[in-house]
Amino acid sequence: MQMRDFVVRFAGEGGQGVVTSAEGLAQVSTQVGYHALTYSTFPSQIMGGPTWTQARISDAPILSAGDDVDVLVAFNREAYETHFSEVRDGGVIIYNSNDREFEGFEAEGESRIFGLPIDDLAKSTGNTRAANMVVIGALAHLVNMSQDYLEQFVEQRFRRGRDGDAEIIESNIKAIKLGRAETARSGFALGELAPAKAPDYKQIMLRGNDALSLGAMAAGVEFYIGYPISPATTILLWMERNLVGPGKFAYQVSSEIESITGILGAGYAGKKAMTATAGPGFSLMSEGLGLGWMAEIPVVVVDVQRGGPATGLPTKTEQSDLMACMYPAHGDVRLPVIAVGTVEEAFYGAIWAFNWAERYQGPVILMTEMSLADRVQNIARPDLSKITLESRQTYQGSNGYHRYSGSEMSPMPIPGNPGAYVANGSEHDDMGDTTHLPDRHVQMTERRFNKLKLLEDGYYESENTEASVAVMPWGGSKGPAYEAFLRLQEQEVSLGWYYTMFLHPLPPKLLEELKQKKLVIVPELNYQGQFSSILRSMGVNAHSITQYTGLPFKVRDLVDRITEMTQSPQKEMARA
Amino acid sequence: MSRKNPEYDFKWCPGCGDFGVRRALELAMINRLEETGLPMESNVMVAGIGCSGNLVHLLEGPQPYGIHGIHGRTLPIAMGVKMARPELNVVIVAGDGDFLSIGAEHIGPQAARNLNVCAVIMDNGVYGLTKGQSSPTTKEGTITSSTPFGKMEIAADPLELYLTLGVSFIASGFSGNPRRLAELINQGMNHKGFSMVHVQSPCVTYNDTFQLIKGNAKEGIEPMIWDIPEDHDRTDKAAAHALIQKRGLPVGVIYQDDSRLSLDDRVQQIWSKDRQHSVDQLIDAYAI
Repeated sequence: MQMRDFVVRFAGEGGQGVVTSAEGLAQVSTQVGYHALTYSTFPSQIMGGPTWTQARISDAPILSAGDDVDVLVAFNREAYETHFSEVRDGGVIIYNSNDREFEGFEAEGESRIFGLPIDDLAKSTGNTRAANMVVIGALAHLVNMSQDYLEQFVEQRFRRGRDGDAEIIESNIKAIKLGRAETARSGFALGELAPAKAPDYKQIMLRGNDALSLGAMAAGVEFYIGYPISPATTILLWMERNLVGPGKFAYQVSSEIESITGILGAGYAGKKAMTATAGPGFSLMSEGLGLGWMAEIPVVVVDVQRGGPATGLPTKTEQSDLMACMYPAHGDVRLPVIAVGTVEEAFYGAIWAFNWAERYQGPVILMTEMSLADRVQNIARPDLSKITLESRQTYQGSNGYHRYSGSEMSPMPIPGNPGAYVANGSEHDDMGDTTHLPDRHVQMTERRFNKLKLLEDGYYESENTEASVAVMPWGGSKGPAYEAFLRLQEQEVSLGWYYTMFLHPLPPKLLEELKQKKLVIVPELNYQGQFSSILRSMGVNAHSITQYTGLPFKVRDLVDRITEMTQSPQKEMARA
Repeated sequence: MSRKNPEYDFKWCPGCGDFGVRRALELAMINRLEETGLPMESNVMVAGIGCSGNLVHLLEGPQPYGIHGIHGRTLPIAMGVKMARPELNVVIVAGDGDFLSIGAEHIGPQAARNLNVCAVIMDNGVYGLTKGQSSPTTKEGTITSSTPFGKMEIAADPLELYLTLGVSFIASGFSGNPRRLAELINQGMNHKGFSMVHVQSPCVTYNDTFQLIKGNAKEGIEPMIWDIPEDHDRTDKAAAHALIQKRGLPVGVIYQDDSRLSLDDRVQQIWSKDRQHSVDQLIDAYAI
């Protein structure tokens, strides 16, 4: 049986190599021309605790983490007990029979399972560090992946021009062969994975937060400060290592209040400044974001969404911060929001966020989510020559400038140069002086909202635009929703597809199209149906498919629920 | 900003101590201009919210840049400005309510970092703009609009606090002597590190301490104010502590530690370690 893709879940204890195994498989696969996407959840603890990561491997670009687990690799008993029920019928469970926990282990009523003596096999190669390769060999047998591919990978990986390369390569290849042979003896097999079709373009493989950091770097970020918080911490660490050099600054501060007010100071001083946080930190930034809007200071704030209010679910995924991001502060404020849905979009979304912030001179919120933050995926290598970078319009005249004059965006003076003014968080006149006059508040409020019109250049995806019912997810639900859309296409369901990462302002033409629809179905990971309620307020008959489990959508569930809504839109609307 | 803008509708009460601080700041910035030859626009004033925060609008003469931000956050805003553009002279103006109550969490971190900014704190022992509530420096037992039965907490001791937290330059001054205060502010601006100039700036409406500070021989009130003697060793932390414990209102530099690097100096040291990569190099680190 030929397979287009398969999903392997590695589960065990933190520190047992769960993540490295999954990422190793992704690396092997992409290097020989397959596509890979990993998905993981971590316990909120430092050492130990149950953890798992899965990798989906395919001969075509991958949209979601995959509904079913084809192979479970259980590193301990608890992992087996927790995950065996998610292995599909006909799937395979491999456990490390050398682990003491599995001594005398018999899985009652479970026929899909076999023990692999991972440590013994690795030891017999003379290289105990080749344990991962034993597992890769086992998986290669199950999907009948070509041995040539794997040996080619090992060559590339370990040929480093050092003494001993040859032995390491030999032991790793031996480990793969032993894993293969042992698994062949078990009698299990899943089928034959379609041959790899290596893309004819250059690729990189990286996690979502790294892509976002790289995008910010490509956009010209100069100033980054942040405070550790899951799942945004990796952006802080990336910046501290890479945002180095004259005129650049990356730094850990003592709270998210310091983060937001600090980047506002830097944005005011002329820098492209950014911070990244998650829900709790974002809540602390509320007042500062209002200051950025009021005083017209460009900054980019990344919200890596996790689950729930307060401390909530620090290591789970959710899309429940949209309202908070769009309306983050008291008073009349509506900030521009870009929400990325893939690892690739994390890169380009960051560039857009900086361009928008510079262009309209104010804060831009860049939303991502836990499931994207730690997802590792292969993407086309970005071509920097095709990227447009924008910088703010700066004031070049003499002193005596009225920085806030008029009802549109106006050039911004940079400290050190003529044009001194007060950037004021109190309502102000055109010179920046505090005022309470009604006419001024009207003028300045309208000025602040007028500037959003500069940001209506976002693009969007659309397919089957003639259908009267359309599905339009946002953020990380894009992948599973598009996979569901493709399946419904196969079933010849009449359904349109829309997607944009520019949630505010929406591309005006997209909004016009959505308004024409009988129904717009919005899959989103929150209880309230946040995006659909925003769309409804704009005159779109939008209704949500919600989920609030802390996990991403499964494609199968979306297919069912979209089908239900397209068949009885009236009923569904009444319920919403 | 400032001066003759009829639309600007905030005024200090006649006789407010902050007028003296304003004069001192103007003098200090003009001194700096003369000393360095740098234009007034190379100064950035980061103001808190409250009576003192409005100082940023009320300055006379050539204007520096200013930020009138949000309550309690002068220090991190100033950190952003300074670390973005270390060549700028960043001065904070805030009151005891803004700086020592809602903003107190930021003092320790900036002191530890030795952020190279100068903070001028106008202490009047009361929240003036919201009409007379107790502040951290209000004396225990004082009846204010928010402490009808007397303040239940002891008063904060700002100078001792700064010393404990590791502020590397601490001066104490009085708004009634703007020339002397300007000298202290200039010394603070010139200090390479975090400098605090704590100023007694009485509120004539809710907590008029002018007479207590200056004394009144006729009424038998001894002056609180005293000059720090020239032989005080400002580099000696124990001597600084002993001086603060003498109470009253000392005028002069209490403590100065020139041995520590400022945060911007440390960052420059990192630059020299040559870890810079182009964006293309960073991307290629992820090549398949």
